[in-house]
Parts: sequence; structure tokens; C-alpha cells
Amino acid sequence: MGPYVVRRLLQMVPVFAGATLLIFLMVNVMGDPVAGLCGERQCDPATAARLKQEFGLDQPVWQQYLTYMGNVFTGDFGTAFNGQKVTELMATSFPVTLRLTIVAILFEIAIGVTLGVAMGLRRGRPVDTGVLLVTLVVISVPTFVTGLLLQLLLGVEWGWIKPSVSWQAGFDELIVPGLVLASVSLAYVTRLTRTSIAENARADYVRTAVAKGLPRHRVIVRHLLRNSLIPVVTFIGADVGFLMGGAIVTERIFNIHGVGYQLYQGILRQSTQTVVGFVTVLVLVFLVANLLVDLLYAVLDPRIRYA
Amino acid sequence: MRGATHARAVVCAVAVALVATACGGGGSDTGAVLSSSWGDPPNPLEPANTNEVQGGKVLSMIFRGLKQYDPKTGEAKNMLAETIDTTDGKNYTITVKKGWTFSNGEKVTARSFVDAWNYGAGLKNNQRNAYFFEYIDGYDKTHPADGGKQSADTLSGLKVVGDRTFTVRLRQKFSSFPDTLGYNAYAPLPRAFFDDRAAWLKKPVGNGPYRVASYTRGSQLSLRRWDAYPGEDKARNGGVDLKVYTDNNTAYTDLMAGNLDLVDDVPASQLRNVRTDLGDRYINAPAGIIQTLAFPYYDKRWGRAGMEKVREGLSRAINRDQITRTIFRNTRTPAVDWTSPVLGKEGGYRAGPCGTACVYDAAAAKRLIKEGGGLPGGQVRITYNADTGSHREWVDAVCNSINNALGDDKACVGNPIGTFADYRNRITDRKMTGPFRAGWQMDYPLIQNFLQPLYYTGASSNDGKWSNPDFDRLVDRANAETDAARAVERFRQAEEVLRTNMAAIPLWYQNGNAGYSQRLSNVALNPFSVPVYDQIKVG
Repeated sequence: MGPYVVRRLLQMVPVFAGATLLIFLMVNVMGDPVAGLCGERQCDPATAARLKQEFGLDQPVWQQYLTYMGNVFTGDFGTAFNGQKVTELMATSFPVTLRLTIVAILFEIAIGVTLGVAMGLRRGRPVDTGVLLVTLVVISVPTFVTGLLLQLLLGVEWGWIKPSVSWQAGFDELIVPGLVLASVSLAYVTRLTRTSIAENARADYVRTAVAKGLPRHRVIVRHLLRNSLIPVVTFIGADVGFLMGGAIVTERIFNIHGVGYQLYQGILRQSTQTVVGFVTVLVLVFLVANLLVDLLYAVLDPRIRYA
Repeated sequence: MRGATHARAVVCAVAVALVATACGGGGSDTGAVLSSSWGDPPNPLEPANTNEVQGGKVLSMIFRGLKQYDPKTGEAKNMLAETIDTTDGKNYTITVKKGWTFSNGEKVTARSFVDAWNYGAGLKNNQRNAYFFEYIDGYDKTHPADGGKQSADTLSGLKVVGDRTFTVRLRQKFSSFPDTLGYNAYAPLPRAFFDDRAAWLKKPVGNGPYRVASYTRGSQLSLRRWDAYPGEDKARNGGVDLKVYTDNNTAYTDLMAGNLDLVDDVPASQLRNVRTDLGDRYINAPAGIIQTLAFPYYDKRWGRAGMEKVREGLSRAINRDQITRTIFRNTRTPAVDWTSPVLGKEGGYRAGPCGTACVYDAAAAKRLIKEGGGLPGGQVRITYNADTGSHREWVDAVCNSINNALGDDKACVGNPIGTFADYRNRITDRKMTGPFRAGWQMDYPLIQNFLQPLYYTGASSNDGKWSNPDFDRLVDRANAETDAARAVERFRQAEEVLRTNMAAIPLWYQNGNAGYSQRLSNVALNPFSVPVYDQIKVG
């Protein structure tokens, strides 16, 4: 397994370089960001030139990229236009988004897998059909609708929660936003687990386990579930990266000052340093999450070996 | 909320028992803190570097300058200035009042101002508002126009002559200069700023009615009343928590749910419900903001003589009344000149310079455009940035209005640009090919501020590069007038030149709007559309 991990890590290098270069070029194509810093008027040329120099924008793009990457390897992600270090922005926003992601993933696992198992074992019964229908509805309703609706009902009408999350964003405040963020994935996880369980429930090894006289819960958890989780794990693993970067909508609705919000602001202000920095970290998260998923296969299914 | 009310009732009961203070009917808790929505300022929070409302909001709470604009009338009144004397409109002697300190105890002296202004004017300090000092002698040395190294660190026009007195020498006559001194860029700075700027930016120290209690960048700024504040406009509440919201809709929802006290930016999508939601706790007050359509005069097709008729025709094809009523729900007022009603009669505003040219008349529009030689290329494309300010809605409405008036479905289309920065880029690079959105929020309530920066040859916000010698001459003469009323009269004459040439199409005056919770009273917006925080009563 060791060599396999090393090979995978090495493969990450070109992916990482390519992804960052692409983002860097894309942000640069948007044009000169200094023009937007002076409001509805032209920056006086001398100040504009100084600002460009300060942010290194007066150099050719390739040189900017090389300088940037050089700095990144020493842990310096540059400075955003408001004078804050990008690393400082990351230090405040990544923990928040991470907490949100954890809440969302927990919902996916706890509710999604449980429901999926329950449905898979009762295939074709009213419960199964009912939940299938509900998941279909959840998948087809856009997140911002679910979010705004829950915010209005729970926050304003019934007063159960605060409609917005404070900047500290503790776990307790993130329950509803996490549920909203997880909703669509949760429905997918439910359906995936259900199908997988339903398929495997008729497999030989399950019948053997039952015939051996094993207790029902042991058959389900140790034999049936473990073998049925592979597609689910793949999905959830990919979802980690997706949830971290793709929470812009949920973060805006619930006033969560996380990665999505910082990225959104970075794009509006054309802050190359912020956007590239955050995307770079997200790319890393994606790559590592994928690697972990692949390694988990081996744990779940002993037949899979990496060399 | 309920718990807090109880607690207050108890405190009141005790207080009544001890001294006979009035806790009932209308009595307010002067120690209570209110929360207000905020947006993350894009630039570091320092006086000469803040050029937008969100940062300006904070500066207006933690700083007091030589002048202060009256929140109701916009009149510039002496604040820290004891006297500002001049005989020629070029040389000024300024004396600072006694007894003012910064909230860290340091005295506010003439030097606090001179140092701050020198810092603001220094090119190496990268201050976005540096050009506010361009009238002061020596600006070309501290801020070389070619971006080269500055040859002086101090403005030669500034001299400290006493502990509380300094002189200012301008490079040209500028009679309304004292009235501009209420702008944030002219605020005094304590030594702490120069000694350790990074630490100061983390927790700014000023001389205003509030002091910064804590500041979490990008999230929350807690301001508390400064009890030793020497001015007359002491805060009437215990403090303000400014909370950054990712979206103004969320802030509004929080106001509805009782988690937020004040929203000073009611989202366009909520304007329909705001009256039923808030009743009389909704403010819709005029602000010094005007929206216009500017034209690229560097483009031959728009710059040639005779096109003023086409511009006037376009202006007459826009049904301002209908658009402000339906799209903006009366948060905008149809424009009738190039300034703003907040200036008042004294300040130079009057209804009518635009006259019939700002009145919708489809037949006249058609005729004028035909006389002027028709639309260049048979079509106008109105360029705007689509990322902020819901511009798409009104641009589409303006185009519909033009299309209907001219009876041509393709006479006008919107041309959205993705981001504000890109939009500004195209303007700076002179890449506009047709009319484009131009918004102007005043820096100080003077007619000069609505005309000179926007239409004077080569001015910083003259985005269309309009140039007219008559206009320039009148503005120069207005600035040289030492009598305020005569200066205003000259500016009005300059405005007539705008009218004759239809230099830009005035669209509407923008109001400031705000909503607040039942806890608050005495809430008002100043002409800069910023809530007058120090006057708000809580409870």
C-alpha cells in the first residue's frame, strides 16, 4: 500500500500545478482589478500604479504566477485588497466551513445511510415508496428554496432558531444550515444505500450468514452494510470537497462567513490572491479526499488490494 | 429579548426607589447597545483610504473633523474648528478648538491634522483618497502625477504655527474649501497611527463619540460610547455592533426575526413588503446620490456636434416617473437637474435646469433623434455592471421605455459587464461604445462636488471625457468667488452649459432607505444615506 500512496501523491503534483495555473489565468483574464478599488471614479494614475506595484500586478502574468507559486510553497498566500493576509482569511473561514461540512456529512451518514438501509430491507413496501418519493422531491427542489423556506419558517415564523449564524458559527448554530446543505446529497446517499442494500440482500454470503444463525443486526451491519457501502463512500468522499467549495448559496442565505463567502467576495473584487489561494486549498482538499476514499475501499472490501 | 426587558424593569424599579427618575413612558436606556447591518469595507479602515459607504460609516462614528455636516440640512458646521479664516480664498488660517482629545487621551492639536493630511497626500502610502489634498500647495511633490518617487514627505502648503493653529495655502482659489473639510479624508490622526499603523488598523483610535471596543475583520465591529467625548453630539445609546452580512436579504430576515435592530440597505426584492412588514419603522429619505447615463465623447459617433439632440431625444424617451414608481417603489425620485435635492436652495439645487428635456414625450423623442441624425448604428447599448446594485432591472426598463417611445424593438439593449472592476476598467481604457451607467454619491454637500469631478475637463470621475471650455471657465470662476452665494450662482450657470449640451442624461435621485426594530426610536438617515447612529435611542 505504501508505494501506491506515494504514486498517488506524486500524481497530485501535475494536477495541482495545472489547476492553480488555470485559475490564475482565469482570474487574470477578468482584467485589471485596481480599477475597481476607487469606487465610481478613476483611480489617480500615480496611486493606481503604486497599488499595482504593491500587488505585483505590473509584471507579466507568467512571472506573477511563478512568484506566487514560489511564495505559496513558503506558506505565503499573499495579501487581499483590504490589506488582510490571505492566510488570515483562510484561518477564519476554513474552520467555519469545515464545521458546516462535518455537520452536513454527519447528516448524510446518520440519516441517509439509516434511511437507505431501512428502505433497502423493505423494498417495494409503502415505507420504501414513500421515502423514495420524498427524496425525489428533495433532489428536485433547489437548495436556495429549501434554505430560504426553512429560514423563514424556523427563524421568523416559529422562532425556533436564529435566521442567521453569528460570526463565531458554533456547531449548534450550524445544524439547520448543515441540514440544508446536506439535503440534496442526503437524498442521493439514501437512494444509493437503498439500491446497494437491496441488491446485496439477496447475495449468497448474506444467505449463508443467516443460515449460520447469526443475529439479524449482525448480518445487516457486519455483512450486508459493509459490502454495500462502497458506492456510498465514493459519493460521500467526493462530496466533502464539493460541500466545502460549493456552499456559497447556503453560506449567503444563513450569513455564514466561510469559504464560499470569501470566494464570492474575492471574485467580485477580482482579488487574484484570495481566489487562487482558496481554490488551491480546495483543490488539495479534493485530491486528499479522493485518495482517502480509494484507501477506504481496501478497508471495506478485503478483496481490493493496492500495490 | 424578553429577559432583557425584565431585567430593565427591575433596574428601573430600583432606580425609582433610589432617585425619582422617569423609567416609564418614553424613557430610554442610554446604556443599551444596538446592532446594525454592515458590509465588509474593501479597503483598510483609515480616513484617507476609505472611499465607500461601509468604511465611511465607521469613520463617521469614530472621528470628528474640523467641520461636521448637519444630518438634516447637510450644512457644514464647525466641529473641531474654532475658526477658519481667509481673506483671499487661497490662504487659510485654521484654529482647532480647545479641549478635544482622542479616545486614548492624546490631545487633538494642529499637528494631528497636518500629520494626517501629509500622510494622506503621500504617494508611498497608497491612499485611495489622496487626490482630496490636490488643492493644497506642494501636492505635486508628495504625489507626483507620473507615479515617480515623491520628492517631499510633507505638503509645503501646510504649516503648524501654534499648538492649535495651522495655515493652509492652496495652489488656486477655492472658496468652498472650508466646507469640504467635513469629509472623512480630512480627519485628524493620533500619534498611535504613525507609530504602529498595523496595530492601529486592527483597532482604530479616533476622536468621535464612539470608540472601537473590538474588531474582527470581515465579521463584526463593536463600537461603544466614549463617555469622555468632549463634543456636543454625545452618543445617546451605549454603542453599536456592526455585523457583516453576506447578503442584505439575510440582514432583512434577521430584522424581521428580531435579531437585528437596524438595516440600512433594504434589499430591492423586499421593497414591495416593507410597508406591511415594518409600518412606520421604514425610512425612505433623500440622499446625495444621482444616477445618470454618461456618453463616450472619445467615440467619434457620440462626440460629434449635433449629437446633443440625440442625447436629449434619448432623455425624453425615458419614462422616469413610471420606472421610479414600479421598479424602485419610490426609493428614487425622477431627476430634474444634475445635482441633488439634498443640497437645498442655498446649496444650489433647484427644480428645473433640465426642464422639458427630462420629461417623457415619445413624439418629441422621435423627432429630436431624427433631427440629430439618428442613433449611431441604429442602436444604443447601455453598459452596466451586473454584479451589484440590481442595475439590470432598471437598464432593461429604460431600454423598454426607449424602444416603446421610438417604436423600435431594437433601438436599445442592455450590455451587462460581469464585475464592477471590469466595468471600471473598460471606462478607464475608454472602451465604451455607447451610453453607460454613471452613479455619483457626493463626498460633501456642495454643488461643486456634483459638477466639477464629473464634468470638468480631465476630472477624476469625468468618465465620458466630456470637455467644454465654457463649463470649465464657469467652474474656475465659481471657485474663485469668495462669496458663497455668488459661487453657487456661477455653478448654476455652469449647470446650464450641461443642459445645453446634454452632457449626461440625469435619471433619478437615489434615496437612502433603512428599517429598524421596535426597540429603536429617533432613527434618521443623513444626506449620505448613513444612519445618524449617535442620535438613536434604544428602548
